[in-house]
Amino acid sequence: MARYLAGRIAGLVLILFLVCLFTYLIFFELSPDPAVMICGKTCTPERVVQIRTVLGIDKPFLTQFGNFLGGLFAGRDYGTGANLVHCPAPCLGYSFQTNQSVMQMVLTRLPVTATLAIGAAVLWLLVGITAGLLSAVKEGTWWDRAAMNLALGGASIPNYVLALALQYVLVVKLQILPFPSSVAFTDDPWLWFQSYLMPWFVLATGAACLYARLTRANVIDTLAENFFRTARSKGLAPVLTMRRHALRPALTPIVTIFGMDFAALLGGALITETVFGLNGIGKMAADSIEKNDQPVIMAVTLLAAFFVVVGNVVVDLVYTALDPRVRVR
Amino acid sequence: MTTAFVHDAYPEPPVGAPGSPGAPGVPATAGRRILGVLRHDRAALFSASFIALMVLMALCAPLISALTGHGPTAFDTSAIDVDSGGLPKGSFGGISAEHPLGVEPLNGRDVLARIAYGARVSFLIAVSATVLTTLLGVVLGMVAGFYGGWVDQVVSRVMDFLMAFPALIFMIAILSTLPAGNRSYLLVAVISVFGWPYLARVVRGQTLTLLNRDFVEAARASGASRRALVFKEILPNLRSSLIVMTTLAVPGYIGTEAGLSFLGVGVSPPTPSWGQMIASSVSWYAVDPLYFAIPGLFLFLTVLSLTVLGDRVRAATDAGEAA
Repeated sequence: MARYLAGRIAGLVLILFLVCLFTYLIFFELSPDPAVMICGKTCTPERVVQIRTVLGIDKPFLTQFGNFLGGLFAGRDYGTGANLVHCPAPCLGYSFQTNQSVMQMVLTRLPVTATLAIGAAVLWLLVGITAGLLSAVKEGTWWDRAAMNLALGGASIPNYVLALALQYVLVVKLQILPFPSSVAFTDDPWLWFQSYLMPWFVLATGAACLYARLTRANVIDTLAENFFRTARSKGLAPVLTMRRHALRPALTPIVTIFGMDFAALLGGALITETVFGLNGIGKMAADSIEKNDQPVIMAVTLLAAFFVVVGNVVVDLVYTALDPRVRVR
Repeated sequence: MTTAFVHDAYPEPPVGAPGSPGAPGVPATAGRRILGVLRHDRAALFSASFIALMVLMALCAPLISALTGHGPTAFDTSAIDVDSGGLPKGSFGGISAEHPLGVEPLNGRDVLARIAYGARVSFLIAVSATVLTTLLGVVLGMVAGFYGGWVDQVVSRVMDFLMAFPALIFMIAILSTLPAGNRSYLLVAVISVFGWPYLARVVRGQTLTLLNRDFVEAARASGASRRALVFKEILPNLRSSLIVMTTLAVPGYIGTEAGLSFLGVGVSPPTPSWGQMIASSVSWYAVDPLYFAIPGLFLFLTVLSLTVLGDRVRAATDAGEAA
């Protein structure tokens, strides 16, 4: 087990390193010179050179990349002499646009994205799994057909279309909800709840529909298994057979998919956050890309990749715990 | 169109080979059986007709423009009301005999023409991306599964790497740094690069399972060449899952293209695209909701129809496999 885990972690580090390298390479090669952009209209060639030196982008690619990695693990210094700024580890650099520490930006925005992700996940798990279970138990009835058709429909709405339609009806027309804002729970709990209601719903809709269909298919498969028939013929109470013998094997694959979806969501719900104007990681990604703010782009890419690969490993571990058949000795 | 494309991409085995429709007394192939089932499914028929309509609209886009007399990029200032800040004249977003789906606020471009030309962009990009991902996915997935060893290791690690990438962030980042120009090729390339691992993973898994099956073992023992193993034993058995995956990939990529255009990194204006229309309607939708609703509805119905069709194809294939 320890060896298996060590191998997984080594693979994880390698993938994150490659994601870093690749992202850095793309932006180093492709994007316009940030020094020129920062310098603005009243710019002299000397000033550009100076900015490039301060930012550390005057050096060759590998040195720059090495500095970036060094900053991540040991911290790094920007500028020289009186202008020296020390950035403690884990250092993600400073935004080219606002000069803020990128680490600080990530930390202030992560709670918004986490709130969004957790709320949406609770909603889609509850609705999706319940609907899927009911459909499986009542297979072939009108409820099953209605729920599954609805699920196909819900999974087909692009989330920005749903977001804009909801906002139009609830905020502009009926005026029963305010325009969402990233208000903190401690400041105004009621406004907080109202603000996140639509984003939660939008994020949860597509996933709930997928999970409902998946749960239904898995439960139906399990109900046809021999071990389930055995449990039934032993005379176990239906509710108990359902809970002990059908749900566990049927829901194990759901756990896998949920882990991946949730991890991906933590890396930022780019579209939903942008449409609703919520200041999370996703909005930060969109803004940084628009302004070619390279340190921030690096940070959001790395963060999202980090959640995905860590999520992968966690899912595998949980899966091993839930399903004894795949346990590694 | 989508089903036709699937058949074109995966030619039937030569006539006379076991399992082909030409051989007498052999049950119909997967494709034909699926079509038979779908013909009796009302939802599938509805979806197929809607998609056919959309494809027809896309193909006839120049004809539509010629009939209404408005091109997709032609301004029509007579249809908008300058006094009200550029809103379309008349109610419901300026719907009239002249502009059946209304006009854009501010510049009066005909919405119908833009929807029709936008459909071209959507379908072209989605279908091209599907073809490319399927090709990449099948070839690399089969190579990984068939050869195993270090080849498998390399392909699998590349897949892990690409799937760990936050694809949306990266697509936007790449597309926004590259110069605007003909974005369509770029969109197809970027979507495919991040899309193929999801298909290849399934193909690899199925190839591995098939390699252990008795009939492949038998073919190998009787001296079949590698080529024959791949094209006669493995590929035909992957066909059902490929049909399902490709039919479900098309709506996915239509959504991706629209999403990227919505975020402003897709097809560049003035080329119309549904996602772009939705994006530009955001600042108007409080006063002109139809300008938002029309492209939104077209996008939703197209994705829904393709998804329903894909879902029914899957159901038909599953039933066929169980039988």
